[in-house]
Amino acid sequence: MTTRNQSSCDESEMELFSYLLRLGDNALILGQQLGASVGKGPELEEEMALANFALDYIGQARLFFGLAAEIEGKGRNEDDLAFLRDGIDFTNVLLVEQPNGDFAQTIARQFFFESFYLLQLRALRHSENSKLAEIAAKAGKEIQYHLRHTQQWLVRLGDGTVESHRRMQAGVDRLWQYTGELFEIDDLDRWAIDAGIGADLAEIRQTWLAEIKSAFVEATLEMPAGEWMAGGGKQGRHSEHLGYLLADLQFLQRAYPGAAW
Amino acid sequence: MYTQGLDQKSDAVDPQRDDEVRLRQFQARIDQEEKIEAKDWMPDAYRKTLIRQISQHAHSEIVGMLPEGNWITRAPTLRRKAILLAKVQDEAGHGLYLYSAAETLGVSRDELIDQMLTGKAKYSSIFNYPTLTWADIGAIGWLVDGAAIMNQIPLCRCSYGPYARAMVRVCKEESFHQRQGYEIMLTLSRGSDEQIRMAQDALNRWWWPSLMMFGPGDADSKHSAQSMAWKIKRFSNDELRQKFVDVTVPQADYIGLKMPDPDLRKNDETGHYKYGEIDWEEFMQVLAGNGPCNRERLESRQHAHAEGQWVRDAATAYAEKQAARQAAA
Repeated sequence: MTTRNQSSCDESEMELFSYLLRLGDNALILGQQLGASVGKGPELEEEMALANFALDYIGQARLFFGLAAEIEGKGRNEDDLAFLRDGIDFTNVLLVEQPNGDFAQTIARQFFFESFYLLQLRALRHSENSKLAEIAAKAGKEIQYHLRHTQQWLVRLGDGTVESHRRMQAGVDRLWQYTGELFEIDDLDRWAIDAGIGADLAEIRQTWLAEIKSAFVEATLEMPAGEWMAGGGKQGRHSEHLGYLLADLQFLQRAYPGAAW
Repeated sequence: MYTQGLDQKSDAVDPQRDDEVRLRQFQARIDQEEKIEAKDWMPDAYRKTLIRQISQHAHSEIVGMLPEGNWITRAPTLRRKAILLAKVQDEAGHGLYLYSAAETLGVSRDELIDQMLTGKAKYSSIFNYPTLTWADIGAIGWLVDGAAIMNQIPLCRCSYGPYARAMVRVCKEESFHQRQGYEIMLTLSRGSDEQIRMAQDALNRWWWPSLMMFGPGDADSKHSAQSMAWKIKRFSNDELRQKFVDVTVPQADYIGLKMPDPDLRKNDETGHYKYGEIDWEEFMQVLAGNGPCNRERLESRQHAHAEGQWVRDAATAYAEKQAARQAAA
């Protein structure tokens, strides 16, 4: 490996770094959200599942950030990337920063995201970057399990009582507008696809739609009708929720700069 | 995490119900260190004592998730966040096995949880104290889990088989929790002045409540004899407390923190530390519901339970529909 400094970090490394940050940010923000729901679950088994899923996401964020930091080569580590960037530097999709809401809204968010994320990870297993492919393979096993759990709840709530059906429908209707961004292809995604590094979002969209539709049929839910889609998270333009989330997340590192924990 | 003092009030044995021959045989089995299993005959009072103790222990695990859960979103590094999440997840798991162990005695989890939510059942008083800084997460692991382990290791040899076996697994995980807590304190004690202050402040606040976890002193502990005879309890409150103090004081010395007890002295003859007077009035107040967080803790659990009602109803309704569909198919 050649030695390099900040200025010689070549362009494709910068792209790869940014691409890994997106993946890490999605995992971190969703892990943070699930972590906040601990102690509030509808039953004990679900408390365990929520903590367990949060733990998986935090673990994945560490892997993506660790690799990103290594590729960046500026001496930053996973914690610098998680705790010392501002909201406008975060590139997670808007969906993952949406509040937990009631349990149906949590399930709607998890279902939309995880059904996408699993397909993304499966594609990333074939990434030209072997380290990314390894992380994707490991994360994919975890998310496959999450998704099974989440989808079971989607169906139980959708096809449960009148109230649970109403809440589940409201949850998916509310979050539908954030699903478009999952498949938006910007310059960075285009670079990743062309370089054989990243997932082709257009390809996985078709599979995703088919899977969503079939799950909705089983859950007796209507496909949300809204056509307008929100976006911007991947470019650092977020909802107001993210600022509060980061204030909690980053508090100690910001309050005591340079301290070891 | 822990059950309050293991100082259960044992129900009076009723010779009308439990004839004397069977009682003698039961005691003989216990004396020979045989395990009592769920389907074995047992005195009604033994059953009730165990249900109360195991369920209080389970409730403590569940309520104990709250003070630590308070810092999940603010953990200072991703590694610390992951460890804390794993710990809180373990606690939910402990709650689950313990409720299952209690269910073997013929009581349902729903009933037990209802007793907790309505304030009829107790949980460990230690969780009625607030977690104010990150150092509190270290102090809870080090002191609260440390005290819990002292109480729980003897429970692995408890005469009731399902409880003893559940405790084997719980103890393994608790000892990991204790180590990670101490490691947080160690790191803070080697950190900046602000971090050292945080660690010392946490020790100051958690030390005495941790000593109270062992329950009243032996002179005031009225319910131990029967539990000892039944081998539910194997050491007295004061014996366990002393063991905890003897182990913990050198750990504090090692990381340069000062115990908040001006009367603490080592007795070179016995090798034990003599500690100052515990404020039992504070203990009684916290037990009576007047600790700093009693209301919040109970309200949090009540709120989660009430908010989850429609979810549980939906799961039941769905399961019924599925069963009906399968029957029709």
